[in-house]
Amino acid sequence: MASARSALLFEAGAGDRCLAVSLQSVLEVLEASVPSVAIRESILFYPLVETTHVLTLCLFLGMTSTWDLRLAGCALRSVPVSQVVNRLFPWAIAGFVVMVISGGMLFLSGPVRAADNPFFRVKMVMIVLAGINAFVFHRTVFRWVEEWDESDEIPGRARLAGILSLVLWAVVVICGRMQAYNWFD
Amino acid sequence: MILPVDLLPLFEWFEDTSVGVVIRESLWLFPVIECFHLLALAMIGGNILVVDLRLLGLGMRGQTAAALARSMHPWLVGGLAAMVATGVPMFLSEAIKCYYSPPFWYKMGFFVLALAFTFTVRKRFTAKALADRIPIQGKLIALVSLGLWFTVGFSGRWIAFY
Repeated sequence: MASARSALLFEAGAGDRCLAVSLQSVLEVLEASVPSVAIRESILFYPLVETTHVLTLCLFLGMTSTWDLRLAGCALRSVPVSQVVNRLFPWAIAGFVVMVISGGMLFLSGPVRAADNPFFRVKMVMIVLAGINAFVFHRTVFRWVEEWDESDEIPGRARLAGILSLVLWAVVVICGRMQAYNWFD
Repeated sequence: MILPVDLLPLFEWFEDTSVGVVIRESLWLFPVIECFHLLALAMIGGNILVVDLRLLGLGMRGQTAAALARSMHPWLVGGLAAMVATGVPMFLSEAIKCYYSPPFWYKMGFFVLALAFTFTVRKRFTAKALADRIPIQGKLIALVSLGLWFTVGFSGRWIAFY
């Protein structure tokens, strides 16, 4: 098995290997950088960044899950969908910005270990998928929201987008939490 | 920690409960329970934020605070139930560590305060908040609520550090 795998690796294009090597070296350069060391070795700053990252879940995921639940038909059914989404949108964006900045700092504190962790990789893929789901929702069914804004019948596509979003972000949270354990070090 | 009674024997008993032992001896049980604790955190945090933002005249201004609080209430109660259902087993698995952890005691103290405030003062106010404009005491209630719950969450995270 191992030899088959290494043979496969060997046969992979030289370009692929260069890319892999250069990504690894970028991570190593990042890991040796002053901000990375500073965050990693700080006594108070690291836990503060981590706490910010966790508690901002309430702002970011709290807002998105509120409208996801509305789309799924599980909450705020008397409120037009467009109002739930539009009024909470700036708060979700604010939460997302804080999430990305604090998450970026956490990543920067140990990029090699993070990038090596399967949970981190799955988390990043899930964030991209959640982003695609949100983009498609806004570009399609949410464009003609006036037609179904106040009806009891939420279009299947909108309902699906809400449920998908809830599931994808839940997986993001789970992977994010699991990543902190040293199971793959 | 200055307490009127010595609670250490009680915490030792917590630590020895079968639930505590099973979680402590498992590699993945604690992390899995913690994940659901976090998901429930996002839910109740968002829930409280939506209503408190409305009390501050922000966010979902098209609805009255009373309507929002009423429709969010089942999710708040459900989220809190999930929080407790996941928090208690995690506590049982490390009760003695919690006993010596200042953030744990802060968290419990503020949790009791936040619960009491949410289901008395805040609930009574939001039930009658049918007007578009919220009087100043409503804004104060929102700020106190946000402050109390933030402290619960913040000190909760710090149980892992101290």
